[in-house]
Parts: sequence; structure tokens; C-alpha cells
Amino acid sequence: MLAFIGRSAIQKIITLFFVSIISFLIVHLAPGEPSQIDPLNPKFTQEVLERFRKEFHLDKPLHIQYLYYYRDLLTGKSVSWKDNRPVLKKIYERFKNSLWLFILGTLITWTLSFPVGIHAAIRRGGLYDRSTTFLAYLLISIPGFFFAYMLIIFVVTHFHVPVIGMETFGISSTGWHWFMDRMWHLLLPSILGAAGGIAVLSRYVRNQMLEVESQDYVRTAKAKGLSPDKVHYKHALRNALLPFVTMFGLILPGLIGGSVIIESIFSWPGMGRMAYEAILARNYPVILAVNFISAILVLVGTFISDLLYMVVDPRIRL
Amino acid sequence: MIVMNQNSKPSPAEGGVLEAPKRTLFQENWNLFRKNRLAMAGLVVFVIFFIIAVGGFFLTYGRSPVFDPALVRLQEKLRPPLSKPNLETLKPEELPRLGIYLFGTDDLGRDVFSRMLQGAWVSLTVGFVAVGIAVIIGIILGGIAGYYGSGQISLGHLLASVLVGGGIIGILLGETAVGVLLVLLGAAVAAVLIRMGNSKGKGPIPMGFSVLFFNLFSVDVLITGLIDIMLCFPVFFLILTVVALIPSKIHYIMIVIGLTSWMGSARFIRAEFLSLRELDFVTAAKALGVSDWRIIFRHMVPNAMSPVLVSATIGIASAILIEAGLSFLGFGDASYATWGNILSSGKDFLFDAPWLTFVPGFAVLTVVLAFNLFGEGLRDVLNPKLKERH
Repeated sequence: MLAFIGRSAIQKIITLFFVSIISFLIVHLAPGEPSQIDPLNPKFTQEVLERFRKEFHLDKPLHIQYLYYYRDLLTGKSVSWKDNRPVLKKIYERFKNSLWLFILGTLITWTLSFPVGIHAAIRRGGLYDRSTTFLAYLLISIPGFFFAYMLIIFVVTHFHVPVIGMETFGISSTGWHWFMDRMWHLLLPSILGAAGGIAVLSRYVRNQMLEVESQDYVRTAKAKGLSPDKVHYKHALRNALLPFVTMFGLILPGLIGGSVIIESIFSWPGMGRMAYEAILARNYPVILAVNFISAILVLVGTFISDLLYMVVDPRIRL
Repeated sequence: MIVMNQNSKPSPAEGGVLEAPKRTLFQENWNLFRKNRLAMAGLVVFVIFFIIAVGGFFLTYGRSPVFDPALVRLQEKLRPPLSKPNLETLKPEELPRLGIYLFGTDDLGRDVFSRMLQGAWVSLTVGFVAVGIAVIIGIILGGIAGYYGSGQISLGHLLASVLVGGGIIGILLGETAVGVLLVLLGAAVAAVLIRMGNSKGKGPIPMGFSVLFFNLFSVDVLITGLIDIMLCFPVFFLILTVVALIPSKIHYIMIVIGLTSWMGSARFIRAEFLSLRELDFVTAAKALGVSDWRIIFRHMVPNAMSPVLVSATIGIASAILIEAGLSFLGFGDASYATWGNILSSGKDFLFDAPWLTFVPGFAVLTVVLAFNLFGEGLRDVLNPKLKERH
């Protein structure tokens, strides 16, 4: 166990190192420079440009810039080029907004996928199974932005509630009314974020359940005359749930993923939109920081999922 | 389909006492596939989409195409679908070719039907080229990892490639002199390695050079490490970053999507190769003196293709979605009409001109759904475990 933890920690740190190099090279080798983002602005005189480049070490060779950047990032001193505010603080502010979407979206995904998948597996081949299968493919295939607009048209014309932004502009009421307003604004982006997840996860649950249902011990349970409910939910389901424990680790990267498209449509001031704005403004520190943090989350997520796998399934010895 | 044809050799039992089944593997798979109605529907839509896209390319191509997707008629803007053009304000050559605006017009009075035709071609090429790139990279890297995986990378290899790679980056950055020097140095190290490697075993390696042959890690570790690194990036965000930083040409977008989505097929090919490598037919081919190159591409790749084929079909669907998403955010190639940018231009008129959202939206949905269903059907057919159940 300890050997496994040590080995994978070293492996992940090496991976992270290369990720940091590659993302740094991608943004810095691209043609054009952040100092030229606004060449027609009369305020950007030659001296200002020089000062800008000096300030952010853009006049140094690439490998020095790399060291400067990650030193600043790891000590929390890295600042956004656009407004001179600390990158990590900026990310944290936006992260709080995205977190709500993430929590609600994950809740919707997990509470819907399991009943749907389990029922589809139990009634395999029936109308319920076939229609949920088709629905799952539909949800995977629908472009997020198109789905978003359909939902917006539907909600706005039927319920007459505003849905763009985090809350209705200029709302001053408090208490229940404020809460409902927030919920309405939260609902659509969360459903959109959850749509793909529901489709994938419910299919996965169904397949997992089918696999377990075809095992001998389930047949034995049926043969000795247990009620179907007991067979399905007590014998089969428990074992089918095993792999999903590990998925708790794999949803971690979603924390920072905040969908760019959905957040732009709903004017949601979250991570995705911040990253998108940073890309448009060539705000390299923010782009690199988002990339770096999400790489950390991916690595930590797979690590946790490996560990959980070992804990729940004693057959696995890594 | 080509791959399945290669597999469909007649059964070896032919001519024996037992009457061999007359059906080839392809026919067998096809019969299985036909039973899956959703997958069949997917295939039919796919074929129709293919014909429309290729037709759309020829009908919208050139200086005076049959359907001009870029023809602006400001007096006819935002006309609903199936509306008749206003004959008094239009010049004869500006009239829509069908006599009506089948899918309406957009905010510049451009015919949405023509734009959809062109967009179909763009979506098709993006899907196929991006996935083609991804599959080729996947086959090469996965094949190397699976076949030569146990080969060791020595300090000398690493030194040579770092020197050459650093030199190329140096040249790209404008430091030509240093870059050329580094490349030459790297080439020298490589030459020494090859010479020493050839004479290895014949005599002792001179002192000092033996450090070059110090083995660091295996090829497999290198390639699986590379896959792990690529999997760390948030894909859509990475594509967005790269596409935003380079000129937005449709070819670049295809290449970028391809370069960021090869990991799946590389993993599949590697896994298949690891098991195929141990099989008798590969040993037999080796014993016959068949070259490695031929063993890999003639004997092993066709046998490893079925999972790749499935993931490629689904990959086309996701490439089309990614391109539509990029166009929607405004990072697409504005010189073409794509389904994404029709939808993007329609978002400002969501309530006044909903057809600008619904026509391309349903088109993307239908095509992506068709590819997904077809791919899943293919997976069921090509999975030998599932076949036994039928």
C-alpha cells in the first residue's frame, strides 16, 4: 500500500511537471504577444510596452520565464496581467460561483442516473429500457448550446421567469423570494451541466447491473425463491455499486471544469467564463493557472479512485 | 468497412468433410447489425448526411455556385422558412435557387439553406479529418508501445532527441545559430549511438561512451506517460486555447482537434498489440522473416482495428460537436458557413427568428446522434462476447 502510494505520487509529480512545460510552451510559442493585444490603443506607447514586458519578465528567455512563472504561482504571488490582481484569488472568487453549479449538477446526475439505470437493467429489452437508451443517446448527442436555447425558450415563455445571470438584475428582495430567484437561475445551467453526465452514468449503471445480474449467485438467489426485490436490490445492486465508489475521485476535475459554453450563454460569472475571457485577452497567468490546477485535480482524482478501488475491492492489489 | 472486408476470409474448413458455413465474417456481422434497428437508422442517416455533404460541397463551391451561401440580401433579412422572396426588390440573379427560402434567411438576408449545405460539408470534413489524424497518431504511438514496448531508451537517445528538439524550438524562436548548433550536436550524438550500436558485442565500448548506453526507461513507459500527460489537460479548454492563439483556419481546427483526441485509440491499439504480439500467427510471420513493418501494418493492425473503429465513429460525433461549439463561441473559420456559426448568429434573434437556432441545432443533433448510434451498434457487432449470446 505505502509502496503504491509513494510510486504513484512520484509518477504523478513527473506527469504534472511535463504538463506544466507543455502548457507553458503552447501559450508562449503561439504567434503574437500579450503586449500587442491592443496595438491601436494610444496609451500603449513604446515605453509602456517596454515596462510591461519588463514587469512580467517577457523580455527574458523562455526557460527563465518558466521558472519565474511557476515560482510565482506556487508561492501565490502570480498576478493577472489584465487587472494586476492575484491569480489564485481571482480563481477562488469565480470558483465559488461555479461550485453551486457543480454541486447541483452532480446531485441531479447521481440521483437520476441510478434509478434509471437500475430499472433499465431489470426490465432489459422492454419499452422502458429501449426508451431510456434512446434518450441517453439523445442527451449525449445534443449540442449543449442548442439544448440551452431550447430550455431558455421553454422556461421563459411558460414560466415567465428570467434565467440569465446569477440573479435577476437589481433584485432587492430578501428571504424566500430571493432564494427562489437564485434557484431558478441555478436550475437551467445545472440541468445542462448534468445532461451529459446523466446519459453516460445511467448507461454505465445499466451495463454494470446487467453484468452482475448474469452472475451465478444471482441465479442461485432467484432459484431459492427470494422475492425479486430482494434479489435485485440486496444481492445484485450491492455488487454492481462497487465500481461507482471509485467515481467519486473521477468527478473531482469537474470542480474546475465549469463549462465555457454554458457559462457564456447564461452569463454566469464562473470559472469557465473567466478562462474564456483570459484566453481572449491572452492573459497567460490565468490560462496557465487554470490548466495547472485542473491537471492537479485530474491527477489527485485518479489517485483517489485507485485508492478507493483498493479499499472496496480486496481482489485488487496494485 | 474496409477492415471488416479484410477479415472476411473464407473459413479454413472449406473443402473438408464438414460443410463450412457459406457466409463470410462480413455477412455474419452485417446480419447481426441489421437486427439493431437504432444502429441501422444511424447508418441510414449517416449515408444521407454523407451524400448531402458531398453534394453541398459541389453546389456551394466556386465563384458562382448553384447555392451561394455568402450572398447578402439586406432587404430580405430574417425571412421565416418557406417564405417567398420579394420579387420586386431583388435582382434576378439574387433570387434563391429553389424559388423559396426553404430554411428562411439570416440577419444579413443570406439563404440559410445554402449555408446549411456548406456547413454540412464543413462538419463532415472536420469529423473525418480530425478523427483520421487522431487514429493515425493513435496507431503509430499505440503500435510502437505495444510492439516495441520493452525496448529501452538510453541516456544517449534522450540526449540526442533533447538536443535536436531544443534546436528546432530554438530555430522556431529565431535563435538560428544556437538552434542549428544544437541540431548538429544532436545528430552527432545519434551518429555515435548508431555506430556504437552496430559494433556492439564485437568489441568493448570505449570508456566514456558507455554512459550513453545507460538505460533509463522503456519505450512503453515513455508512451503511456505521454498519454497520461495528454489526459491531464481539460480537452475543450485546451482546444479553445490553441485555436484562439493561432489563426482561425478550418484546417488548423481539424488538426488541433485531431492532435488532442488520439489518446483513446492509442490505448486501444496498445492493449490489442500486447495480446496479439504473443499469438502464433505473429510468431509464424517472424519466423518467416517478415519485416516488422509488414507484421505491424499487414497482420496486426487489421486485427486490432475493431475497438478503434468504434471509438473513431463516436470520435467523429464528438469532433463535430467540438467544432460546432468552437464556431458558436466565435473561434470558427468565418469564411465558411458552419452549423455552429449559423446557430451563433441566430442567438441574438432567439425569439424573433427561432429557425436560425432550430435548423442547425436539429441538424447537428441528428448527425451526431446517427454517428453515436452507428458506433454503438458497431461495438455490439464487433464484440465477440456479445455475439455468442445471439
